[in-house]
Amino acid sequence: MARTLIVIPPNAKRGQVIEIRATIGHPMETGFRPGDDGKTLPRNIIQTFTCEYNGELIFSADMYSAVSANPYLAFFTTATESGTLVLHWEGDNGFTQTETVRITVTA
Amino acid sequence: MTLVGHVFLFILLTFVAGMASPGVRAQPGPQADSRRSGYEFMGASTQAMQKDDALNPGMLWVKSGEALWQSPAGLSNKSCASCHAAASATMKGVAARYPAFDAQLQRPVALSQRINQCRQRHQQAPLLRPESEELLGLESYVALQSRGMPMAPPVDTRLTPFQQRGEQRFMQRMGQLNLSCAQCHDANAGGRLGSSVIPQAHPAGYPVYRLEWQAMGSLQRRLRNCMNGVRAQPFAFNSQELLELELYLNVRGKGMAMETPAVRP
Repeated sequence: MARTLIVIPPNAKRGQVIEIRATIGHPMETGFRPGDDGKTLPRNIIQTFTCEYNGELIFSADMYSAVSANPYLAFFTTATESGTLVLHWEGDNGFTQTETVRITVTA
Repeated sequence: MTLVGHVFLFILLTFVAGMASPGVRAQPGPQADSRRSGYEFMGASTQAMQKDDALNPGMLWVKSGEALWQSPAGLSNKSCASCHAAASATMKGVAARYPAFDAQLQRPVALSQRINQCRQRHQQAPLLRPESEELLGLESYVALQSRGMPMAPPVDTRLTPFQQRGEQRFMQRMGQLNLSCAQCHDANAGGRLGSSVIPQAHPAGYPVYRLEWQAMGSLQRRLRNCMNGVRAQPFAFNSQELLELELYLNVRGKGMAMETPAVRP
């Protein structure tokens, strides 16, 4: 289980623009670096990130070798209704991480 | 801000003390503190990263440290919290005074060693490897509780010889490049080494998240890093030499605000 830091306002007004910020602990090994034994370390990166708001895809990103370790993503969406935001990371070696955050939207 | 606050408080206290005992000559006011945290030598974006806990990747380690604090370990099946309760209360100011003298071992121990001692003596759990995610997590979680507090190395005469040796080592040239710590961090602080700004080497933010490492690391890792830089043979983790340097750096940085988990370039 990877560690994550997610900041989403728990309450918002309908129509309000909210910022979603997410960091995940991941080495993002590039696949180009030599290890202590001189052999190239196998690539181990997160390839995709998606965020769904009540089942609707609102943001996605593809990541490559040049992205730093512990990648941080920030993006905006409009609060429409109460529900859940599902953040999902997927990467090499079958890596997956899913975090669910509730948001309450008032009129 | 906090630094200014401290200086102001100090002046105020000096003034009040002078009023209270008119017979005693008032102490001269403190000179402007020329010490600067590494924070002030960084770019605005790195500073922003450190300031905001949601942006600071060091908080990932703090978070895992918090989980470890609560989870039972070893034969005793006790967690840190079983004895120490809430870290926010009991660990406040602890990191600000380490390394401290251990009466049982008759030598100074660093905070990470103190954590491992607790694991061994009270939890009967296996020791955590230096620089392991777990140890750095616990260390940064404990150190976070002292954030904003002034560094307060213990006034302990048993530590004095170690601090003095640390100071000597700080001034001593080493490695193929034949450089001492002081030649960069005292004499040329604020200048540049290649493209990097040379900071004054104050240890208030450790463990730090270093962008170059893409990970958290301890002060000892940083010291070893510098030794590699001057092409010296780095001292081993938890060696007396590194502890002496740590002790001296704490005295040198005494009173500066703790920043853990700091971010450094």
